[in-house]
Amino acid sequence: MKTISSENRFYNTIQYIFCGLVFLIIAVPIYISIMGGFKSVGQLRAQPVALPDPFVWSQYGDILVGQMGSFWLELLNSLLVGIGTVAVVVVVGTFAAYALARIRFKFNNVFFIYFWLGLLFPLAVAILPLYVQLRSLNLLDTHIGVILPQAAFGLPMMIMLLRGFIKQIPHELEEAAAIDGYDRFGFLFTIVVPLSTPILATVSVLTLVTSWNNFFTPLLVLNTQKKFTLPMGVMDFMGEHAADWNMILAFLTLAMIPAVVIYILCQKYIVAGLTSGAIKG
Amino acid sequence: MAKRHVYKGLAGRANFWTIAVLLGPALILFTTFVIIPVFQAAAFSLYKWNGLGPMKNFLGLANYQQFFSDLIVQKALSHNLIIAVISLAVELPLAMALALIVSNSKFKGAVFFRTFFFLPYMLSEVITGVLWQFIYHPQYGLITTLHGIFSPDSPVPTLLGDPSTVLWAILVVIIWKYFGLHMTIYIAGLQAIPQEQIEAATIDGASKTRIFLSVILPGMRTAVQLSVFFSVLGSIQLFDIIWAMGKGGPVNASETIVSYMYRVGLSRFNIGYGSTIAVCIFVICLIFSIIYQRLLVKEAE
Repeated sequence: MKTISSENRFYNTIQYIFCGLVFLIIAVPIYISIMGGFKSVGQLRAQPVALPDPFVWSQYGDILVGQMGSFWLELLNSLLVGIGTVAVVVVVGTFAAYALARIRFKFNNVFFIYFWLGLLFPLAVAILPLYVQLRSLNLLDTHIGVILPQAAFGLPMMIMLLRGFIKQIPHELEEAAAIDGYDRFGFLFTIVVPLSTPILATVSVLTLVTSWNNFFTPLLVLNTQKKFTLPMGVMDFMGEHAADWNMILAFLTLAMIPAVVIYILCQKYIVAGLTSGAIKG
Repeated sequence: MAKRHVYKGLAGRANFWTIAVLLGPALILFTTFVIIPVFQAAAFSLYKWNGLGPMKNFLGLANYQQFFSDLIVQKALSHNLIIAVISLAVELPLAMALALIVSNSKFKGAVFFRTFFFLPYMLSEVITGVLWQFIYHPQYGLITTLHGIFSPDSPVPTLLGDPSTVLWAILVVIIWKYFGLHMTIYIAGLQAIPQEQIEAATIDGASKTRIFLSVILPGMRTAVQLSVFFSVLGSIQLFDIIWAMGKGGPVNASETIVSYMYRVGLSRFNIGYGSTIAVCIFVICLIFSIIYQRLLVKEAE
């Protein structure tokens, strides 16, 4: 075995310095946001980086339990929109992916290509007609009006990933299910769905994160502050408290927490989903 | 009543209703909110229309003529190009270097760094944008502290308020937010390279640089291709961060093509011309995708 040479130790040190620097570049702004929420405006101006002295709890307090109660409502709205989007994508997408993967029928391939086309259309292209469309469907300023377009644009990716997966489920399982008397829906619910849990989880988490962070669609659809999702809430709060940066930073910090929690809990799925295209022969 | 079919391995023809129930909802949803709007955009783009009342002011291709002579379009597209090129040039080598370091399991803290470096990607663009507005704030922000250290005598620059600096200031934020995504893609690519290949090369006495160039880099081709693709398409469609950091201003100095489209379409209610811009964005994305695929196929041969 090799011993650690001085050259290796040198490289190692360089690597730690490099990682440490990148760490600081990411950590300092986040730290400033967290601590800024605990400062008075005066402290913030004099000492943007130092620890708060004294800690002022009223900003976080006001946002969480005080009169500025928009935070909880917006959190709830984001949750509602996110879960709604995931539910629609998962149910509708699983059905479609199953049909495209497992049932032979005329035009199966045509439908497949039709959905595949969706990957080519960025949301931005559709956003103005979407506005007109939602207006004529009376869905402007409703959460459904955010959920449906988000789900529709998430659908192609879901169908592509899941179809590929379902295709790989061995035919023997289908035969066994047929012998046991299952019909297509029985097979779908008792065999395909349980086997697809990992990929369903991956797509669900990615869809949730995308919805959670989405700003474009809610900005287009929602007008009433009571219906705002968190990213819109952040913009709105900033508009209202233009000079009170300590308030804004407190709100910002609180708004970061859910995404960080999702990340910590679901890191495995997020990374798997985003890198699924990175490995190929 | 649900009829029990006796399938030969469930294969063969399914009845129409089975397929309709399975495929119908997806078709309706996808057609209503993706396909129809995209075609509507193409139709709207031929009209002068404020989004209300009937469309009757047919312009033909006049909106497209306007698009090609619109100075703000040119400015916005040049910003998109700058963002695509610079973010690629900085993010990719940075992400590659970090991936090489933190994918080494002997590197203490690798998992921590890997997890932490991805964190900015998880924060919404709006949160990131507002946070950096504060960092750049000439009275409160971190920039005042840094400025105080490096050149205390000159006035603190207003990076986001100055047309000559705003785009660069936003570029820093873009890199801050997205390099972790590229790093994560590269880590996945690195992990897929068979360890034996690297060991074999080491035994043959190849230097670290040599191993990187002839074993690791070729093995990461798919990963690099994917990350370049994400990066360029993301740059073309950039909106949220731009909107959160100053809505394209001052005087269009940080305007991107999508922020301009939004402004034209929904602030000035010029849905016709806005749709023209949307169609052109689509064509640009499409052309890039096709050329990129072609290049990759050629390279693979």
